[in-house]
Amino acid sequence: MAKTIMTVDDSSSVRQMVGMTLKGAGFTVVEAVDGADGLNKAKANTLDMVITDLNMPNMDGIALITALRALPNYKFTPIVMLTTESQATRKQEGKTAGATGWIVKPFKPEQLLDVVKKVLG
Amino acid sequence: MNVAIDTSAFTEEAYELLSELEDSLLELEASPTDQELISRVFRAMHTIKGSGAMFGFDAVAEFTHEVETVFDMARNGTIPVTKALIDLTLAARDQIRSMLDAAAGGEPANEENAKRIITGLRALSNKDGGAQAAPTAPQGKAQAKSSPDEPNLFRIRFKPHQEIFSTGTNPLLLLNELRELGACRIVANTENFPDFDSLDPESCYTAWEIFLTAQINENAIRDVFIFVEDECDLNIRQLMDQESGMVDAPGKKIGQILVERGDINPQALEQALQPLGDRLVQAGAVSADRVRAALTEQQVIQEKQEKKKSTEATTSVRVPSEKLDTLVDLVGELVTMQARLNQTSSSLGDHTLQLIAEEVERLTAELRDNTMSIRMLTIDTTFNKFKRLVRDLSTELGKEIELVTAGGETELDKTVIDQLNDPLVHIIRNSIDHGVEPPDARRAKGKNPVGKITLSAIHSGASVLIRVEDDGAGLDAKRLRAKGIEKGLISPDDEISEKEAFQLIFAAGFSTAAKITNVSGRGVGMDVVRRSIEGLRGSIDVSSTLGKGTTITLKLPLTLAIIEGLLVKVEQENFVLPLAAVEECVELSREDIHKAHGRHVINVRGEIIPYIRIRDRFEIEGNAPQIEQIVISEVDEKRIGFVVDNVIGQHQTVIKTLGKNFQHSEEFSGATILGNGDVALILDLNKMVRYVEDEETKETETP
Repeated sequence: MAKTIMTVDDSSSVRQMVGMTLKGAGFTVVEAVDGADGLNKAKANTLDMVITDLNMPNMDGIALITALRALPNYKFTPIVMLTTESQATRKQEGKTAGATGWIVKPFKPEQLLDVVKKVLG
Repeated sequence: MNVAIDTSAFTEEAYELLSELEDSLLELEASPTDQELISRVFRAMHTIKGSGAMFGFDAVAEFTHEVETVFDMARNGTIPVTKALIDLTLAARDQIRSMLDAAAGGEPANEENAKRIITGLRALSNKDGGAQAAPTAPQGKAQAKSSPDEPNLFRIRFKPHQEIFSTGTNPLLLLNELRELGACRIVANTENFPDFDSLDPESCYTAWEIFLTAQINENAIRDVFIFVEDECDLNIRQLMDQESGMVDAPGKKIGQILVERGDINPQALEQALQPLGDRLVQAGAVSADRVRAALTEQQVIQEKQEKKKSTEATTSVRVPSEKLDTLVDLVGELVTMQARLNQTSSSLGDHTLQLIAEEVERLTAELRDNTMSIRMLTIDTTFNKFKRLVRDLSTELGKEIELVTAGGETELDKTVIDQLNDPLVHIIRNSIDHGVEPPDARRAKGKNPVGKITLSAIHSGASVLIRVEDDGAGLDAKRLRAKGIEKGLISPDDEISEKEAFQLIFAAGFSTAAKITNVSGRGVGMDVVRRSIEGLRGSIDVSSTLGKGTTITLKLPLTLAIIEGLLVKVEQENFVLPLAAVEECVELSREDIHKAHGRHVINVRGEIIPYIRIRDRFEIEGNAPQIEQIVISEVDEKRIGFVVDNVIGQHQTVIKTLGKNFQHSEEFSGATILGNGDVALILDLNKMVRYVEDEETKETETP
């Protein structure tokens, strides 16, 4: 059974790239446009993993991670954040909020799949 | 794997963001302290930069980075939002637009203009010095700087902090990742486990010591732990490298190792000389787990040294393989007898006898492992045979193909290697014939006219993966589908995925070759290959990218003689399921059956899983208990349950082939004798599932 991964990003091109890469690797993909949307969709779906941007309107990535970790269903779900080099402190914030790992933007599809394999097995 | 990405997704989004950006900037001019507006501008720049770099618009990314940096400062309140800033940002916005236009084939962007804007922005932020280019991702495996030809031995002490689960990290995945780097010995340390009452199931109490032999450097190991650096204690030490022989002095005593590792102090060692490990544990100086880890370290080093010695002066004895087969058979009998001894001794309750039985168990296990290792052969001889095959066939077909082999030192059971030859010949022939294109066609596609077939072997847990990879034309899912319909394998209404289309090549009577050549396409198809691989209790998988090539992966067990099994019971009948396929066991109550309205499916945590009732399948008489057990297994990448009365537990299974009279019973891969003398049949899950599927298809065809 294909695992389901949610990609949360306000940039449609990043969502599309992440989505295509994951679908190509056989995953089911749920897309969300910001943190608030992501939280709703996490409640409505059973997700095996979440990939979230940090800078977003309507609830940013850190707040989303914190909110997800507070839900019993997502206590131990792998959550990977998309960061840029300039956001080294944000990376730390994300880890503290409960993120499993990170992917530094820009990244290649292969790197994304490497990280998915790393945290999802 | 390569994923083609359409850049128009980015340009469309960027144009949209730029027009929004213009509005935001004009609004910002009216209310320069509006934090939300500042954030909006920052986010727009941030997205253009991030996505731009990802879609190959490096110049755009680099330029936008400058604007983003300044707006980040405005966002943090370091610099105020002034008219000058807004003017420059608007100019920057126009500049980005013209850069995008240029990329789409319009007028080239004015570089002078760009420089002027950057200088202006830098002046505002008071920041001199060169701008950082768009950062590159440090993700992925760092290449070992100087990877030596010979493997190194590392000791990795990995102690996750108790709260590591709360970040969604699964430490076992990290251990698996280490296993992929090379040969691993893993010792778990459970000394920190609290009493059951105070145990918090959401905390991690286990620590691990991993002894890894691999051709890598320390950085590659650190990369594995990159996400958890701050959530664990990690200590990596190179114990031995091949060139200098040892990092430390050879032949170290266990006490010395414990002292050096800091597990005990030298005084404790003095007090506890003689049967050292035990005495240390009794004295409470060190936990049993730590002694075990140190013992493993000693063992691994010894083994490495012995291996080194043996390569220095190879002495070997040639023995007819029948003698080895007999030895393996005898060891198998011994394992069976030993299980019986264990059972008898524990039912008698004689303490002395139990001690003896335990000792016999240890010796038997060692004898078994040793015997198995004698039968292990490296696969390189088989690989080398194919060089000639590739050379001859490619010349015959007027193609130029180079064969590359990797992992020839991988060891496999002799029986497996012997039976692997024919399937591999077939797969490689297919690659040469249907896969790799003639040199002209390759040139026309812009490929290297010399095709490449890579043959590799690698260890993966209790299995070996053998890959045949070509850089040829790849499989055409559409053509496969059309062929499948033509051959009546699928109906024209069936929607099938690309992966399912690829699977068609394994169906009986399927061949896509336009013309039958001398090389392949003689009616003996991949279905035969698949059957022989499954006969070795392995599996076969195909992946392909059109125009890029095809990869066939064979997954084979290390040995055929003994498997880890799960022993289950239906009434008085015993069955063994291969443990490698088993994922979990769940209960099946009468209520669950009722809920499914007569269909054989169960809902396991939201996933609907079909099941097969072993009781019905083999028409075993009697009444099923109120609560049955479902053993959920992975078969052909699908999850399928097998319903039994009771799950007894893990069982080391010595496989006995069924006699000639029973050879038609395909659903069993063999039988084994249990400790109490009973016989258990070993289920072939693949065949069972296929059998049931076939019957279902027949039923639906004739309503």
